[in-house]
Amino acid sequence: MPGSVLVSLLAVPLAALLWRALSQNFAAHIITHSAFAALRISLVTSTLTTFFTIIIGTPLAYALARWPFRGRPLIELIIDLPIVLPPAVAGLALLIAFGRQGVFGMWLGAFGITLPFTTTAVVIAQTFVAAPLYVRTARVGFAAVDVQLEESAYAEGATQWQLFRHVMLPLTARSLLSGAILCWTRALGEFGATILFAGNLEGRTQTMPLAIYLGFERDLGVALALSTLLIATSIVLLAVLRWLDHSTPDQ
Amino acid sequence: MTLASRKTPPVESLGQGLPPPSRGRPHNGRPQGLPLLLRLCALAPILLSACAASPTPTPTQTLTIFAASSLLGAFTEMGDSFESAHPAVSVALNFDGSQSLRAQIEQGAMADVFASANAEEIEALAAQSLIATSQPFAANSLIVILPSANTAGIQSLADLARPGLFLVLAANDVPVGRYSRQALEKLNAQFGADYSTRVLANLVSDESNAKQIVAKVQLGEADAGIVYVSDSVAAPDLLTLAIPPEYNVTAEYPIAALANAPHPELAAEFIAFVLSADGQSILEKWGFRPVK
Repeated sequence: MPGSVLVSLLAVPLAALLWRALSQNFAAHIITHSAFAALRISLVTSTLTTFFTIIIGTPLAYALARWPFRGRPLIELIIDLPIVLPPAVAGLALLIAFGRQGVFGMWLGAFGITLPFTTTAVVIAQTFVAAPLYVRTARVGFAAVDVQLEESAYAEGATQWQLFRHVMLPLTARSLLSGAILCWTRALGEFGATILFAGNLEGRTQTMPLAIYLGFERDLGVALALSTLLIATSIVLLAVLRWLDHSTPDQ
Repeated sequence: MTLASRKTPPVESLGQGLPPPSRGRPHNGRPQGLPLLLRLCALAPILLSACAASPTPTPTQTLTIFAASSLLGAFTEMGDSFESAHPAVSVALNFDGSQSLRAQIEQGAMADVFASANAEEIEALAAQSLIATSQPFAANSLIVILPSANTAGIQSLADLARPGLFLVLAANDVPVGRYSRQALEKLNAQFGADYSTRVLANLVSDESNAKQIVAKVQLGEADAGIVYVSDSVAAPDLLTLAIPPEYNVTAEYPIAALANAPHPELAAEFIAFVLSADGQSILEKWGFRPVK
């Protein structure tokens, strides 16, 4: 059966990696200084990325779902692009724009702000590639809410904030949470844009995927242990996503 | 035809035995982006000339060479010369960090010849009986590179210790990164005992190979980097600061045929060509020194 070939292709490498990682001294490799530093940087940056994305992305998603303003197709295109672009293109673009010699980077430099090779650069790179996933999911969630609900809320004198807080938020909470999880997972796995724009320095910009990449050449044990951790995290997050999908009530 | 064989590293067997590395790592074992772009740019003239050339006999054998990324320019030219001397042979080149190439070979990648930037990788493969004998074929030393604009105004090696500079080196596990740190230690003798510590305080990124350092310095994102002389020859737009021989570190490059090379005779011929006067003059052109 051809389907089993594809399923094997997807499952066998991951199973082999897990088997190899767990047959070594997993704990010893995770407790190394560099693995711990990478874990810390990854958790801090991906959480910040998700936080900023929710703050800035939610109003944008709502606007895209509700207001037929001029230029909306262009904005939708801009939001969709990072999803299909190779992350290396994202990294190069960020460097050309916000690098020290970059178009905006030189301007920022005049205010004493330097972005490349900083932890901030890691968050920017992650936001570039991960935020679109949140905005897309949230937009679909907002669009699914019956417009009449909003109109009747307005009719009863609700303010924009009350409408959002008491009508939209409860109805779209699951979509927003799904989007946030997608965004967080993508940020956690970001590699290409980060290594180009933020570089690779332990304790400052070296995230788990970067440590895995260098670990492949340096210390396979650490690379395997970190890979296992990323796979485990992804499985848990995907399980939460499935649960959210299945428990979504009909609106 | 040359085009396809040149650009495609033989990585089909990479995944055997061990799962491929995690996401973000493309199939040819190096991050996408700048180095790839640079590589393609470097290959462009060759590709163009290959397209423009009159029809050549169809290559019947593909000789696969794994070479340290610092050999990109030299071995691309070497492969061309070898191909013109052997019309029935197509040379496929796979450039990457030496330790990365070693990992690929260990995981089952098929290659005929391995040219490494350091002896350790060859010794490790010899210990696993993947290589029988090897010999040195070139020497390379270190040089400091600066962006052409040199906005940081670096005039001497002493300036590298100035706080606030953005210095990019290869990671300590990469040969060129290890040699760079050794050279900085040696320079302590001239600039003071804490010179290397102060220079390393300016380190902003541990790159996986020298080409990444060149790219970041070329873009002006890093103020300085340390690479092989051969890397700076391949990037003539950069400014350089020489490291005096007494403080410099010389890397000896060994070359070896793989024990399970698909084309052992051709592999031996290629190695002989690298060691010949013609081969050595190509290497010299690209900034390498001959080994005595």
